[in-house]
Amino acid sequence: MERKDKTTGIVTGIIANLVIVKVDGPVGQNEICFIRHNDETLMAEVIKITGEQAFVQVFESTRGLRPDSKVVFEGHMLEVTLAPGILSRNYDGLQNDLDKMEGVFLKRGEYTDPLDREAQWEFKPLAQKDDQVVAGDWLGEVQENGMPHRIMVPFKLKGRHTVKEITKEGKYRVDDQIAVITNEEGEEIKVTMVQKWPVKMPIKAFKNKPRPFKLLETGVRCIDTLNPITEGGTGFIPGPFGTGKTVLQHAISKQAEADIVIIAACGERDNEVVEVFKEFPELEDPHTGKKLIERTTIIANTSNMPVAAREASVYTAMTIAEYYRCMGLRVLLMADSTSRWAQALREMSNRMEELPGPDAFPMDLSAIISNFYARAGYVYLNNDKPGSITFIGTVSPAGGNLKEPVTESTRKAARCFYGLSQSRADSKRYPAIDPIESYSKYLEYEEVQKSLRENMDENWINKVTRAKDILFTGKETMEQINILGDDGVPVDFHIRFWRSEMMDFVILQQDAFDKVDSVTPLKRQKYMMDKVLEVIDKEFEFQHFEEVGDFFKRIINQFKQMNYAKFHSDDFKTREKELDDIINERVQKEPAEN
Amino acid sequence: MESQAFQKTYTKLNNITKATVSLTATGVGYDEIALVEDRMAQVVKIIGDQIVLQIFSGTEGIPTNAEVTFLGNPPQLKVGDQLAGRFFNAYGAPIDGGPEVEGKVTEIGGPSVNPVRREQPSELIATGIAGIDLNNSLVSGQKIPFFADPDQPYNQVMASVALRAKADKIILGGMGLSNDDYLYFKNVFNNAGAMDRIVSFVNTTDDPPVERLLVPDMALTTAEYFATQKGENVLVLLTDMTLFADALSIVSNRMDQIPSKDSMPGSLYSDLARIYEKAVQFPGKGSITIVAVTTLSGGDITHAIPDNTGYITEGQLFLRRDTDIGKVIVDPFRSLSRLKQLVIGTQTREDHPQVMNTAIRLYADAANAKTKLENGFDLTDYDERTLKFAKEYSNKLLAIDVNMDMEAMLDTAWELLATYFSKAEAGIKKELVDKYWKEKDNKKDKESDKESDKESAKKSDKDTDKDQDK
Ligand SMILES: Nc1ncnc2c1ncn2[C@@H]1O[C@H](COP(=O)(O)OP(=O)(O)OP(=O)(O)O)[C@@H](O)[C@H]1O
Ligand SMILES: [Mg+2]
Repeated sequence: MERKDKTTGIVTGIIANLVIVKVDGPVGQNEICFIRHNDETLMAEVIKITGEQAFVQVFESTRGLRPDSKVVFEGHMLEVTLAPGILSRNYDGLQNDLDKMEGVFLKRGEYTDPLDREAQWEFKPLAQKDDQVVAGDWLGEVQENGMPHRIMVPFKLKGRHTVKEITKEGKYRVDDQIAVITNEEGEEIKVTMVQKWPVKMPIKAFKNKPRPFKLLETGVRCIDTLNPITEGGTGFIPGPFGTGKTVLQHAISKQAEADIVIIAACGERDNEVVEVFKEFPELEDPHTGKKLIERTTIIANTSNMPVAAREASVYTAMTIAEYYRCMGLRVLLMADSTSRWAQALREMSNRMEELPGPDAFPMDLSAIISNFYARAGYVYLNNDKPGSITFIGTVSPAGGNLKEPVTESTRKAARCFYGLSQSRADSKRYPAIDPIESYSKYLEYEEVQKSLRENMDENWINKVTRAKDILFTGKETMEQINILGDDGVPVDFHIRFWRSEMMDFVILQQDAFDKVDSVTPLKRQKYMMDKVLEVIDKEFEFQHFEEVGDFFKRIINQFKQMNYAKFHSDDFKTREKELDDIINERVQKEPAEN
Repeated sequence: MESQAFQKTYTKLNNITKATVSLTATGVGYDEIALVEDRMAQVVKIIGDQIVLQIFSGTEGIPTNAEVTFLGNPPQLKVGDQLAGRFFNAYGAPIDGGPEVEGKVTEIGGPSVNPVRREQPSELIATGIAGIDLNNSLVSGQKIPFFADPDQPYNQVMASVALRAKADKIILGGMGLSNDDYLYFKNVFNNAGAMDRIVSFVNTTDDPPVERLLVPDMALTTAEYFATQKGENVLVLLTDMTLFADALSIVSNRMDQIPSKDSMPGSLYSDLARIYEKAVQFPGKGSITIVAVTTLSGGDITHAIPDNTGYITEGQLFLRRDTDIGKVIVDPFRSLSRLKQLVIGTQTREDHPQVMNTAIRLYADAANAKTKLENGFDLTDYDERTLKFAKEYSNKLLAIDVNMDMEAMLDTAWELLATYFSKAEAGIKKELVDKYWKEKDNKKDKESDKESDKESAKKSDKDTDKDQDK
């Protein structure tokens, strides 16, 4: 798309943020242009071309814009700038640094540099003169918030290159030259720490992409234990409003075992990002003890920011994630909510009077979502080091009904389904992930099963299956009790029901706002699962159904106290001892057998 | 108006539809305001030199030779201290017989606050209504709607909330307000001697519906003036947002746009979010809190309007008639204030979170007992007690006619707990029970006290309600 002279044009039509431009030269699909309006420039993206007319979506309000305004086409698509210094920053959907903007209110047409050009980075070369390299290969590294940040051969370069010069160790700014490489034609290319990449194109600078096989610890029990997600895996969280999508995503981004966390707040509330801005600099990463903000980048394109930039925001976030993956890091990407992105597509498609698909969404919605999810994944880089992007998106189904286009399309693309249920949220059973409906396809992967057998225990898969059965039976039993009445069913029914309640309260339910309970490491999850199954395997005898509930409530309470206590602390042990006493009380009442 | 120099006049319309007219004109800006035979209109589409204007009050009687004058600016309002105490229509023109207001000309629907400049909402807003303060505490900078069926007294509740909240300014944005309700608001504000704190923008049922689209922006532009220029805490009341959304659908329908769910425009979410996200806690001083009304049809919250609203706002206050006591209550199950976590137990008394949760849990038990009763099953003694508790709880705390301070609400809740339940059944943390339990000579206590010591439950919701999961 790059060309010598910039194509220009003039505005001939305006319908909200869709602008029609008559062009005087070549333009590319998805090319970026700037519309001159008085002393402001409004950024826009080409989304359709017919003859001399380019249809562009403007990333700003078009209020006051007049026909005949001048337009300049930039010769490239929407790009992000990639370099050290992205971490800990707060960007909008187009990667403008929000902190650099002046004033309390956002100003139309204000674009700020995503980088700090003056900062000095301690550079260490990794490549040597005469090394043969291709796009994505590591030339050197700097430390970014204590993490190795690799300076790579620019992704845009094609073919083999030879390292001609590499700068020696020392302090440099991002724009300083750190290497010179030559291509097969012998042309020299100067490399700095900065490169650009178009957000809608996946970065493919890696060797291969195996199926994900390694469990990603999130610390959330009903994910890790029941429906685990993998490093490089994909998952989605649909749920009606107020059922806990954002709280769950925030919990995962605080606790998950990842090197880099990228949060795309896509068309959601301002106050929720403010919470992240305020909390993350204070909170610690449970795995490294460093401040959470040090590993996090926030892309905030909230619901009151321009709609077209909302669509861009998820791509910006994904591209930054791909950049860090190429450094051999484990990246966790969160998008809340992908429905808002789909709605942005819908608004534009309607304005262009395209033939609508179901619920007026564009026909190709499903393909767009699939392509996006496909960019996540576990990869081996050219140097055989692994890197990963785990992607979890939320979906906000209209009317809470999962049979709607965004949920259905996402279901085809994502491998884990964490459906939040209204009734669980109503009865404050948080996180409200429905244990029966939710699934993780990764549990069926042979390589994941192997890793679970090795890291959890030999029988782990059976235990998980068993836990699910218990929950399922519990649900059925509850329905029967509701129909027949408490004393219309045998006492056994009550036992079955309460066993499942115990599984629910102890394993599934987790207090996201409690320091200890919110994060459960895998070891502890295994311990608790074993303990719960141990109680389930015990035969208790009851005379009357009321005894069953009373007894299990005491057990559950004891378990909950254990969940609130530090693992293996004195408090934990005391609670466990008390739990055992309660259990033995019942067991001893029976005629002594052994 | 201001921009006389730019005004251009045309006298030939090419097309007229129900809502729009189009003409050939040049140099016109998008969103710009025009007068078509003295009717307010706005540019909604420009294709070449063809300008499409949406006429807010409709096109009835407009001739093809109508005089069209472009004003050269988007809708605007003169903001200043003089706004206080006044009533305006959707265009910002006085309807109270008073003089025009002088002030700084400001475009309505201006830019958003940069999220990194926002402060976290932090100040409790007391309304005296326990269904709100105790169970769903409001925080300044929050946005929250009442979900209510049209026959409920939501405007009355909103008026009391407004007057009791210690806001520096109250901005009323009335959309499709019945004339009676308009007079009601006027009266209540007048009688409370609060007129100088109040600014109203009102579109009544007598006015053309599309005009209401301007009301929220008028109200919020005024709010931004007082919050940013004067550092005031401003409360904005928007009633009824369902009628606002209906006006959106009328417009999109007339412009032949493809409707999405419930014949609402596909942009409904963005349109509503743009308004509600104006709620903010500014750095330093000043805040805008939005309390809105979204009327439901038959309590259905899955309809596109309440559904999109719920996805945007920070909770909702659900009004419902409790037939047991014959009063309207704030339903504790379906209501939620997502920001209450920021204030309860810290800005309010330490026992607040636990007492709140316990009372609601017991109220849920009562609901289960009721279902049992309806299904013809026997009630236990506990069931009977929950039913009695529920009735009194509803009457003394949930009803919207309650007016007391936070301490009194908490004390009342403790009293009710002690009247009907044992300490063990309440299951509240021991330290709090020791401090606040209102001893009644209730024989229930002695039986089960031995259990209660052990149950120093950190969280009180440990009791399970199997029926709740239906
Ligand atoms: N794990 C949890 N523990 C305790 N409370 C929770 C939990 N998850 C959610 N909640 C409660 O539910 C409320 C709503 O949660 P959240 O904001 O995550 O919902 P959401 O699904 O993202 O809604 P929306 O679609 O409207 O954004 C929270 O404010 C909190 O009160
Ligand atoms: Mg959310």
